[in-house]
This record gives sequence, structure tokens and C-alpha cells, in this order.
Amino acid sequence: MSEKSEQQRLSVFKTYKLYVGGKFPRSESGRVYEVTDSKGNWLANAPLSSRKDARDAVVAARKAFGAWSGATAYNRGQILYRVAEMLEGRKEQFVREVADAEGLSNAKAAAVVDAAIDRWVWYAGWTDKIVQVVGGGNPVAGPFFNLSSPEPTGVVAVLAPQESSFLGLVSVIAPVIATGNTAVVVASEKSPLPALSLGEVLATSDLPGGVVNVLSGRTAEIAAPLAAHQDVNAIDLAGADEVLAKELEIAAADNLKRVLRPQPVDEVDWSATPGIDRMTAFLETKTVWHPTGSLGASGSSY
Amino acid sequence: MASLFEYAPAPESRAVVDIAPSYGLFIDGEFTEAADGKVFKTVSPSTEEVLSEVAQAGEADVDRAVKAARKAFEKWSALPGSERAKYLFRIARIIQERSRELAVLETLDNGKPIKETRDADLPLVAAHFFYYAGWADKLGHAGFGPAPKPLGVAGQVIPWNFPLLMLAWKIAPALATGNTVVLKPAETTPLSALFFADICRQAGLPKGVVNILPGYGDTGAALVAHPDVNKVAFTGSTAVGKEIARTVAGTSKKLTLELGGKGANIVFDDAPIDQAVEGIVTGIFFNQGQVCCAGSRLLVQESIQDELLDSLKRRLSTLRLGDPLDKNTDIGAINSAEQLARITALADAGEAEGAERWSPACELPENGYWFAPTLFTNVTQAHTIARDEIFGPVLSVLSFRTPDEAVAKANNTQYGLSAGIWTEKGSRILAVANKLRAGVVWSNTFNKFDPTSPFGGYKESGFGREGGRHGLEAYLDV
Repeated sequence: MSEKSEQQRLSVFKTYKLYVGGKFPRSESGRVYEVTDSKGNWLANAPLSSRKDARDAVVAARKAFGAWSGATAYNRGQILYRVAEMLEGRKEQFVREVADAEGLSNAKAAAVVDAAIDRWVWYAGWTDKIVQVVGGGNPVAGPFFNLSSPEPTGVVAVLAPQESSFLGLVSVIAPVIATGNTAVVVASEKSPLPALSLGEVLATSDLPGGVVNVLSGRTAEIAAPLAAHQDVNAIDLAGADEVLAKELEIAAADNLKRVLRPQPVDEVDWSATPGIDRMTAFLETKTVWHPTGSLGASGSSY
Repeated sequence: MASLFEYAPAPESRAVVDIAPSYGLFIDGEFTEAADGKVFKTVSPSTEEVLSEVAQAGEADVDRAVKAARKAFEKWSALPGSERAKYLFRIARIIQERSRELAVLETLDNGKPIKETRDADLPLVAAHFFYYAGWADKLGHAGFGPAPKPLGVAGQVIPWNFPLLMLAWKIAPALATGNTVVLKPAETTPLSALFFADICRQAGLPKGVVNILPGYGDTGAALVAHPDVNKVAFTGSTAVGKEIARTVAGTSKKLTLELGGKGANIVFDDAPIDQAVEGIVTGIFFNQGQVCCAGSRLLVQESIQDELLDSLKRRLSTLRLGDPLDKNTDIGAINSAEQLARITALADAGEAEGAERWSPACELPENGYWFAPTLFTNVTQAHTIARDEIFGPVLSVLSFRTPDEAVAKANNTQYGLSAGIWTEKGSRILAVANKLRAGVVWSNTFNKFDPTSPFGGYKESGFGREGGRHGLEAYLDV
């Protein structure tokens, strides 16, 4: 009886939705597109985001920036680690989604998801160290106290890598938010489902709404308004091909966005331990001066 | 206001500098004519006297210079850092030895007071070479990996407001990291860069490591677009910076930009007033306000506005405008007729839009390009003079009531280069400095520079940092 009823049970599909401002809206445009696995079998309909979705996401990211950049580095680290915890609990789902998306065996997909979880842990540990590593006091030739410290640049548009739908995605999101930026992420065009599911994890990880916003759809279509947007401070072109990257870099010059150019796809190894470049690319250095009041040598007293 | 007492004129001697009637381009260690024979004249802004005739580089010259730099790169980058360091130390020493000559030269060509070239520009120029000389053999310790590599040929375009200092900011870190350089000085101030070429000769610097190409904007554009340039560094206007960013888009050229600013100088009611007044004066009248990080917007807390403005006007009445070679001169000449026209137009717009204009009684010399120190009150955030960079001795005064309002107004600009905070309250300094979107924040001081200290902007003031350990990154493959 039970065996039979199991066979008959119709599974429940999931409507994949965007993740914007801590909520899960459908695309404003009402459009979707078919997502297939590596063999061309239908998996789901993903939202086909519009320019308006991109602009809404920027508004959400800007709104979240003040509190997120103002949170203590310790707090940000705790939240990034919480993302790893939440992912660990939902590992099976992501293994399945990554296997489908990238045509990997279960074992290989599991390794990718493990690496992605570990990446959150790695960046969680960076939040309260990057300032010490790239900032510091400057020994100026005068009676001044002078300190340089890195600050987040603001709202960062992130074009997630096309080929690595989950590990690549995490590898470009985590460094952006670890340092206090907020992000508008355009998921892999072909394989957006792991990214959209990540939104669900982020929503339950103490991450304030709007810190990460996930859009799915045509990369070129969504990226154009983001690159031209006057309230976006930087753009990571990881998911753009050479032609698109050049076009977007030109648009980004309009308000002098910080641009992180893409590396050639065959030169990127997302499984390698990253350096700090993806963090420093979206940091500003602020140098604060103040007189020390020391009028001369201190003599023999100390 | 009549002066309490008059100073006798105390002009610096011009005899310490020997300006040739003409100069060539400096390519591959030789002075050479431009391929198409073009030349232009450089004049002294304070007298309009023609100082010299200078070769004007065209595309063919840019190509020749880049080739020379490329050829020199091989050996220069392969030198042990300790040897490169010694060249830079030599250059720093020779700059110190020739600093009076260079200070007078710079004042003649730029129009800024000798007091500034002698006491600010030249000491900082030497200090930059000393600072980066020390880095050349310690790059493995700079935090960019154990053996960071140079990029190759650096194309550098610099402005006219600090001709030699900007050269030092660009060339010192480039050479220390093992790059070679093609530098275009501004068309109105090419002379100190050409004198620097002679310093390279005296230092025995290998040929082609430093190349100097005087010229106009098209020379700079050709340099930036040259396919064999690996790194572009530019200091200048935001509009040109955007154009350069578009030019290098889609290439592998690394880019740093130091662009415009509209710095807010915020004075709170508990500020030390006399010090703040000095800081405001330094902030906007240093180098005739032709400074990208000038404190051109004074934000003063409403409760002390009248008192502060009285003090400020009294202080402005004591500024001495005139012969830049006079050691007592505070305000020199505007760099060019073109720049004077721009400042004049913007100040007129301020008046036309309803702001109230004030200048101290001030006699302007008959020849040359001059603009009296000017202060605008009744300025709103919407006024052109509160938004656009004027790059001249024009201060806009706005008021605020609360720290939050001060921060909001200070940040209400496309720029993000500098800001000043004046208050005796330490926690307020830290809180406000934290919220300001600016690359440099001077608290209870203004316009301080040091080679150990990174400098650069947020937002449309550009990207990248010059100076300090951070300044190395722009010239390394990291």
C-alpha cells in the first residue's frame, strides 16, 4: 500500500523567485524563462528579471548599506558564519541543484558545495582582520596622528560567474559583503537555480534584507542598467564575456565606478583558496589626520 | 583694510635658475625635437613673459617614447631592488641640492608663491623620492605577495597645479616598483619636468627609464590609448578622467585616477576659532585654490557663523597678493588666462544665482592672471558654486545646525576627495570622520601631505591611492 502510494505521489515543484530587499518577489515584468539541466531536461521556470527589477534591487541595496557597513566587523563575521551553518543543514538540496545545473556526479557536486560552505567560513574570519591587514598608521614627518583604514565602497553590482553556478557565486558574493558593501547579484544565466535557492538561505541567516539581492535572467540585459546606474559604486564583471565586459566598463565610467575586470574563464580556479583581491577591489582607503600636539623632541623624559 | 605695517619687497633671485630659450622632448635619454617640428610657448602667469619654447609631442613621438620605455623596462625591472633604490636616492639627493633652483623655476612657470614652492612643493618632492627609494628593495614586505611584479610601461599624465610634486607622486613609485615611465606634463607648466630630465641625467639613470613628453590634451590622449602602455595614471579633471576610463575599458591596462573635489570644511561651535580660520585660509587659498582637495565649501555651525565670518574676513584682509617671487606673497597668480576665465565665470554665476560676494580690498597687478580671494555667503546646496569645482580662490559658505546635517551636506556632492573637521571634541571628530565619504579627512588641520600617507578619492574623485604602501599597488601586478 505504502509503496504504491509513494509511486503515485506527485512531487511539489518550487516556484523560484528573486531575492530583493529580504523579500521574494517575482519579476516585475512577469516574465520567466526555462531552466534546463545539462542534458536539456526542464528543471524549472526562473524569473526573467527586467531593468526595473535591477533598479529595485539597487534601491534595496542602498537602503541596507548604512546599517550593514556600520555593523561591527565581529557582527558581520558572525552572520557570514551563520550562512555556512544554514547551508550545511541544507546541503543535500544544493548538491542536487548543483549536480543538475553543472552536470556533475553527486560526489563532485558534494565537493563543490562543501567548498562553497567552507568559503563562507573563510570570509567570516576575514571581516575583523582585513582592516588590520590593509590599514594602519602612517609615520608622517610632522606632529600628526595619521591613520588609514579601509571602508566599503557602497553598492556593488556583481555578475556571478556563468560556469560555476554555486561555488563561483559564493566566491564573488562573500568578499563583497564581508567588508561591509551591499550587493546586487546577477546569477549565472544558464544555471540560476542554486543562486535563487541561496537567497532562501540568506533570508534565514540573520543577514539583513537588502544586503544581498539576487536576480536571475539575461546577464547582458540586467547588467546594462546596473553598469550605468548612478547609485551603484562598483561592478564585478566576473560573469561577463569579453565583449560585454568592455561595453559595461565603458558605461561604468559615467560615474567612475570601481571595476573588477573578468579573468579568462579557463584561468579561474574557484576551488583554490582566494587571496584578498576580491575584498580590496571594493574598498576605499580613508586617511584621517589630527595634530598630536607634540611641539618637539621629548628630551630625556619618558 | 589698511595694513598695520608694510613689508619691504623681498623678491627671490631669479639668477639661481637658467632657463634655456628652447627645450626638446626627453626620449631615451636625449632631448629631441618633435617629429613634426611643433613647438609651443610657456609663459609666466604673473607677468605673461614668455619663458621658453618647448617641443610639442605628437603621436609619432608618443610611439617613440613608449618604445624607448619598453626597451628600457627589460633591464630596469631586472635590476635588484637595492640598485633601483640607489638611483632613486640619488634623484632625491639631487632634488635637495637643486631645490632652490627648482622652486624659483616652478614659481616662474606656475605662478604660485615662492613661499609655497620653497617650503611645501620641493621638500615634498624630495621626500617622495626618498620614501619610495626605500621601498624598491622591500617590495616583498609590502603585503602584495612575496615577489610582486611591475606592470611594464606606465603612461602618466599630470596637471599644472603642482607640476613637480605630481611628477614625483607618479614617477617615484613607478620606478621603485620596476616600471618605466612616459610622462606628459601639463601644457602650461612643462619646465620643471624638463629640468627633472636633467636630474635623471645627473643621477645616471639608464636611458629610456624616464621619458618626458610636453604637449596638450591630444598628446595625453595618444599616450593613454597607446597599445603598448600597461598602466595609466592620471591626475586632473573628472571629465577627462571619465574619458580616460572609457579609453582603457576592455584593455588590460591598469588605471588609477586622481580627479576633482569639492571638499567640505566643517566647523563646529566648539572649534578653536583662530586655528579654524587659519585652516580655512590654508584650505581654500593655498595655491590660489587650485587644489583638487581644497576645502572649497565651508560648513559652519549656525551659532558661530557671524563670529567666524568676522574673523575670517579680518584674516583675509591681511593676505598679500602679488609678485609670486616675493617671499612675503600669500596669493600668487592664476595659472593661465583660460583658468582665470573659468574662475571668473563661476564666480559670476554665484552672484547671478543670488549668493553674496565679498573680497578684501585688493589691488591686482596690471599684467598676468589674477583673482582676488573671494568669499560667498548665502550659498545654498543648489548653487553652482556649491556644486561645481571652481579650482580657484573662491570659498562658498554654508551653515548647518546639527552634526547629522553637517555630514549630509558634506556628502551631498558627486566628489569624495577631502574634508575637514574642526571641533575640540574627540568623539565628534571620530564619529563625523567615520561618516564622511572622502579619501582624506583632516581634523583640526587642513591640506597636509606626506609621502607615507595614502591620498585619493571616493566616488567621482577617482580611484586608487597615491602615497604610502597603498601607492605601490597601482604599479604592481596584483
